[in-house]
Amino acid sequence: MTTLLLAEHNNATLNGATAKALTCAIALGAPVHILVAGKGAKAAADAAATLSGVEKVLLADDDSYAHGLAEPLADLIVSLAPGYDAIVGPSTSLAKNVLPRVAALLDVMQVSDVMAVVAPDTFERPIYAGNAIQTVKSTDAKKVMTVRTASFSATGEGGSAAVESVAAAGNPGISTFLEEAISASDRPELTAAKIIVSGGRAVGSREKFAELIEPLADALGAAVGASRAAVDAGYAPNDWQVGQTGKVVAPELYIALGISGAIQHLAGMKDSKVIVAVNKDEEAPIFQVADYGIVGDINTVIPELKAEIAKVKG
Amino acid sequence: MKILVPVKRVVDYNVKVRVKSDGSGVELANIKMSMNPFDEIAVEEALRLKEAGKATEVVAVSIGPAQASETLRTALAMGADRGILVKVDGVVEPLAVAKILKGVVAEEAPGLVILGKQAIDDDCNQTGQMLAALLGWPQGTFASKLAIEDGAVVVTREIDGGLQTIKLNSPAIITTDLRLNEPRYASLPNIMKAKKKPIGEKTPADYGVDVTPRLTVLKTAEPAGRKAGVKVGSVGELVAKLKDEAGVL
Ligand SMILES: Cc1cc2nc3c(=O)[nH]c(=O)nc-3n(C[C@H](O)[C@H](O)[C@H](O)COP(=O)(O)OP(=O)(O)OC[C@H]3O[C@@H](n4cnc5c(N)ncnc54)[C@H](O)[C@@H]3O)c2cc1C
Ligand SMILES: Nc1ncnc2c1ncn2[C@@H]1O[C@H](COP(=O)(O)O)[C@@H](O)[C@H]1O
Repeated sequence: MTTLLLAEHNNATLNGATAKALTCAIALGAPVHILVAGKGAKAAADAAATLSGVEKVLLADDDSYAHGLAEPLADLIVSLAPGYDAIVGPSTSLAKNVLPRVAALLDVMQVSDVMAVVAPDTFERPIYAGNAIQTVKSTDAKKVMTVRTASFSATGEGGSAAVESVAAAGNPGISTFLEEAISASDRPELTAAKIIVSGGRAVGSREKFAELIEPLADALGAAVGASRAAVDAGYAPNDWQVGQTGKVVAPELYIALGISGAIQHLAGMKDSKVIVAVNKDEEAPIFQVADYGIVGDINTVIPELKAEIAKVKG
Repeated sequence: MKILVPVKRVVDYNVKVRVKSDGSGVELANIKMSMNPFDEIAVEEALRLKEAGKATEVVAVSIGPAQASETLRTALAMGADRGILVKVDGVVEPLAVAKILKGVVAEEAPGLVILGKQAIDDDCNQTGQMLAALLGWPQGTFASKLAIEDGAVVVTREIDGGLQTIKLNSPAIITTDLRLNEPRYASLPNIMKAKKKPIGEKTPADYGVDVTPRLTVLKTAEPAGRKAGVKVGSVGELVAKLKDEAGVL
């Protein structure tokens, strides 16, 4: 039978999380259809159609899907559900919001944050901030799951699936979009970046974040991340938070600056290929996961680091 | 308006759990248990709404073993008015929790249910959304700001790219994110007072809910370990290693 993958997109472009979740969806062993629900989202649907291994793209274009409101979107997915054995989405805020609603409407227990597909009904997922990995077998006839995108590489392009329009399912009209404040940035997106430069409480202020952390990130073409303490203190916006309850990332290089390494932070970054930590406390737990550590003050180390990087990047 | 706040008893967030050597689960014997941190935020938000005159009563509900009554006492000590313990041993999955909560909602008729966005043991992030689905109510998940205006609920949500503000018809489901508020500590007099507040006892059968898990746990394992690397003496050395040894620059 068939798997339905919910696309993450901004109508114009497809978010990289979709291609990663597709790798997981394909591992279920059935043909995959991608659902692009949005408003004026033809471009995103066309992009989805180029992903390798996709059989068909469903485009639901309607006002009610313009802002990802859970109520109409869940009704749409449920209206399509009879044709599918599995409904999959990346662990983005959109899918985390809507898929459990879908699961409950279908009387299915969702499997959250799938890290590996053992069999079409058996999956690995993290619990306790990733301190344990559970292998679970779903006894539900239909599977509903979200995918921990940091655990999967992206499926490449080369496909040419047909894009088919599907009808909107109607809006229950119990929620209304008011506004959105989306941070515009030229930097790569956190979950897609090859390099991430992250700052913690030690950075001390929003100004210092802009003075120390961001220029280093820009010198490396990196995304900027932050610990919860830095976000709570207002040094960095909420969407930069890395961790158990923030974004889960797995870049080639993760540089943790003035971050202690609480388990909740490690949960979001310990799958990075190479980890660098700078902390003035040589006992800081972050050093237990760091490949390279410098015991020192970020206020002196960061400018030096920037200068050295400029030399090798020449 | 009444506010219902589901609170879960979980391993304290400071505890680093260990996997049992036979792979049957995690070690829970003699481990500090606390209220799920996101649920403390939910209780706090409900109390603030009551203090602001927007709510009349705050009812905490917990689904779990007899000891979950301690979690309810914590909520009562913070200021909740009464508790409901739905007693059940063993794992209750979010879908079953949502079904039980639907039953509690039918009985209590709250105008708002505020849950945590995620329990830090199962890390599921599902229950609020599922409850909203079962009730046919709107949902404001990952809330960092909440206001009640003319019978509607205005919620600012933490989303991947920033913040989104939506308006929900009442009654509604809210799930809390970390930045919604800072929960209060219970004062000693309030802890004493909480001992006299009522806790009603129920079972899943009272709500006609079958709590048999849908997911069978085949195995629980340690994650792939990561070895501590080396401390380097200088920035020059670090950059050289990143370039030549790690090949990431
Ligand atoms: C339910 C829950 C969910 C959570 N989710 C997350 C999450 O998703 N992500 C997350 O990050 N946290 C999360 N946390 C919080 C987590 O427990 C820690 O409190 C947080 O990660 C600490 O941030 P920090 O390392 O920046 O701050 P601190 O722990 O205060 O560490 C600051 C570090 O900087 C060092 N330092 C100070 N000055 C300097 C200097 N000049 N130079 C160099 N080093 C210096 C110190 O030695 C220290 O190690 C969560 C907590 C809870 C309860
Ligand atoms: N057993 C439970 N008792 C009370 N509330 C619960 C229980 N399980 C989950 N919840 C609520 O649902 C939220 C999300 O849990 P979860 O979906 O398991 O991540 C928690 O923060 C609680 O508010």
